[in-house]
Amino acid sequence: MSRRAQPEAVGPTPNPHPPGETERSEEIRADVSRGDDESVAIRLKALVIYLMCGPETPELAQAAVEGGADLVELGFPFSDPLADGPVVRRAAERALARGMRTGACLDVLAATRERLPGTPLVPMTYSSLLEAHGWERFAEDARAAGATSLIVADLPAGEHPEVRRVQLVAPTSTDERLALAAASSDGWLYLVTVTGTTGAREELSPALAGLVERARARTELPLYAGFGISTPAHAHAAGELADGVVVGSRAVEVAEDGPAALATYVSSLRSALD
Amino acid sequence: MQLSYGEYGGRFVPETLIPALDELEAGWREAQDDPSFRAELDELGRSYAGRPTPLTLAERFAPGKRLYLKREDLLHTGAHKLNNALGQALLALRLGKRRVVAETGAGQHGVATATVCARFGLDCVVYMGVEDMRRQRPNLERMALLGAEVRPVEFGTRTLKEATSEAIRDWIATVRDTHYLIGSCVGPAPYPEIVRELQSVIGREARGQLLEAEGRLPEVAVACVGGGSNAIGLFAGFVDDPDVRLVGVEAGGAASLGSGRPAVLHGSRSSVLADEDGQVLDAESISAGLDYPGVGPEHAFLRDSGRAEYVGTSDEEALDAFRRLARTEGILPALEPAHALARVAELDEELVLVCLSGRGDKDLAEVTSR
Repeated sequence: MSRRAQPEAVGPTPNPHPPGETERSEEIRADVSRGDDESVAIRLKALVIYLMCGPETPELAQAAVEGGADLVELGFPFSDPLADGPVVRRAAERALARGMRTGACLDVLAATRERLPGTPLVPMTYSSLLEAHGWERFAEDARAAGATSLIVADLPAGEHPEVRRVQLVAPTSTDERLALAAASSDGWLYLVTVTGTTGAREELSPALAGLVERARARTELPLYAGFGISTPAHAHAAGELADGVVVGSRAVEVAEDGPAALATYVSSLRSALD
Repeated sequence: MQLSYGEYGGRFVPETLIPALDELEAGWREAQDDPSFRAELDELGRSYAGRPTPLTLAERFAPGKRLYLKREDLLHTGAHKLNNALGQALLALRLGKRRVVAETGAGQHGVATATVCARFGLDCVVYMGVEDMRRQRPNLERMALLGAEVRPVEFGTRTLKEATSEAIRDWIATVRDTHYLIGSCVGPAPYPEIVRELQSVIGREARGQLLEAEGRLPEVAVACVGGGSNAIGLFAGFVDDPDVRLVGVEAGGAASLGSGRPAVLHGSRSSVLADEDGQVLDAESISAGLDYPGVGPEHAFLRDSGRAEYVGTSDEEALDAFRRLARTEGILPALEPAHALARVAELDEELVLVCLSGRGDKDLAEVTSR
């Protein structure tokens, strides 16, 4: 692990800049996805692991980072998650049954930040939670608890620009929408590899190559590919095209077996990427 | 966000769907500007669906009043849902989509969708919660006979809310060749507008028929509200007549307008049964068609503006109205409009128009088991 650059700029003080400042994007780009040394950067691919918020999440997040994750997404569960397949949906149902409402999730985020002062932490959630909490207040409270940015799965680019966040683009996105999303995305651009919801697939989506090509033509932001990536082979193949990969559903499943299992799984992805 | 109805509406959906919604909106505008679209829909209404539906004076049900029932229960397939399904099927054909996906609660929208797909040779998949499959068995069998594939939804509330989420997830994965035929005036823009326009035939016809029968407009127009499509269609005929009072009737355990709060569900911001964190709560109603924690954004707007008012009816009151209409008028209403009928007696107005949105055959098991 030591050869990989630590993302210094986002820790140990988690939030050096208020949202909307462009430096932040630059820092994440420079430090997370490419490393400080450009010669290293060419080899390095970012590995993003998604975990659903729960009492054991800080420990799991630490295990993921020890296994080689560069960034951790923390799912704030919503009752009706349209973008999610069965695994994340069930995890959300369980989390809600355990009381993981916005306040509890912010506590989990803060506890995770304590354990991982240097790792970018990005809550991923749905509009209804922001609507209820207050759009700007949600972003502020998340930042105060240690969030590096946000992902809102059902909030398309162009809407609520006051909420600075990582934008998602999909194979169906037009070139205009790709450009719009890239122009407002916070640090990196999330490429949804499939036309579909989250969850493991047999093969890496053939749509990724074309999406990477169209996105590269429109932005210099790092491109991380997610949805449907679950195996080291997927991670390797996606890493050949994009600057990083996001693994969600499979990580959520493995996390049920505890931190050691998660660390082992994440390091298998790490090895496949490097 | 550019919201369609005051603070309500919008498009809160994953990016994957945005281009499809743009395409749908463009196709809808073109269709509206194309006289042949309207002509084809009108002709299908006449020769296939049974429009215009009659207006029936119900003197024995409501003594002392002039109560008129707009008989959408007599429409082909037995409910107003066909108005919307026919129009959207024509739209799907214009957009070149050969596969249709839909959700259903009471099964009426599923049956209407299966019907138009059979008529136009489209593949049809309908999502239905297993709880609703249990209580609306006849409609399940009808959909199968019409050639639709009914996919059971076995998680969460196992009702219309989850069926809708699952239909949207299907659409996210199949959006290039599939049209999502939403059943109510909910969902991301432009769906609430499309469904309202396609259901506005209810209000337009009723307005003309009542003027002919009574020489005046109703004092009050009443309809049940789940997602709100028959109500928004009825109200469309009178919303510009300030003297006509508009009353929507919700199921007591699913009062999205009566006790909801602003939240985001199924792609739009509306009044939703939700907790203070924005998590959507379970609705509870004897009527599968009203058992939905959200409501069309235009209803939330009409409520806030004061143009329409919304009241509640309990399961027991709806059952009582169901039985009374059967005994006094020889009409078995669906449990959904029975909620609207239950509020008629207490209205101050004399000339009352109620949308009888569907017939009650599907509800016999539920009613006779009580």
